[in-house]
Amino acid sequence: MDKICAMIVDDSSVMRKIVERSLRQAGIDLEKVVEAGNGAEALGALRENQVDLILCDINMPVMDGLEFVRQMNAVENAKGVPVVMITTEGSESHVVEALSAGARGYIRKPFTPDQVKEHVVPLLGKKA
Amino acid sequence: MSVDTTAAARSHEENWKAILELAVEEVFEIMISCRVKPAPISEKTNAEFTAMIGLAGSLCGVLTVCCDAPTARQLAKGMLGGIVTSDDQVSDALGEICNMVAGNFKNKLAGMDGRCMLSVPTIISGGEYEFRSLANGEPLEVCVLFEQAPVTIRLDLQS
Repeated sequence: MDKICAMIVDDSSVMRKIVERSLRQAGIDLEKVVEAGNGAEALGALRENQVDLILCDINMPVMDGLEFVRQMNAVENAKGVPVVMITTEGSESHVVEALSAGARGYIRKPFTPDQVKEHVVPLLGKKA
Repeated sequence: MSVDTTAAARSHEENWKAILELAVEEVFEIMISCRVKPAPISEKTNAEFTAMIGLAGSLCGVLTVCCDAPTARQLAKGMLGGIVTSDDQVSDALGEICNMVAGNFKNKLAGMDGRCMLSVPTIISGGEYEFRSLANGEPLEVCVLFEQAPVTIRLDLQS
């Protein structure tokens, strides 16, 4: 498996650590993790970093996860990068909204490393 | 005769307390690897840390999670795999537990699809405060023991 660079977007630093740990427990070899506390920070970080995968919360201050997904394709580095939402918002309408905005996967909190693996690994293609 | 179909009334008709208990148990088991079971509400909680999250829309009210300071630290350690480096992480962890309990609870209720929104969590540290919710329904309250210490989860709903 190739090493990958992941971006984790969540306003909770504890949750960012848990998501990172879950990726490692899922067997994903992380070369680098870029963290952001909201969608606006994530857009800024994407201009400075090339990442292979983005895991993103929905409910965040300043810019929420859905707005981030809608805007990220305007950033050259972010085109084609798969986004998986990790959120407590588990309703069907939220899932549809996230997928319509451009997300490729959706994980409800609380989540297990197996769920992360199930949703993330298929998106990494040959890197996985 | 009119039928009271408010959320507060439904919460008792449909036994939402059992749903809240299940939501709490799942969050503790999945995120902290700890099986907890409901304890008597009479267990006295020394509420040195309180996390609260607002609900708006089809459910309107506030959910709180409170415990003493050592328990809050142990919960954070459980979530982070044993290492807590600051009090901010303790507050952050308790806020996330509150967030996940609220989200997990509303996701289990039928007919709430997308019509109930959650706020970002707020944390109160220190126990010298009086909690007054303007929600006027009878609160749902669940207590669990985590490492022998009570953690109280309370949901106040607007009728």
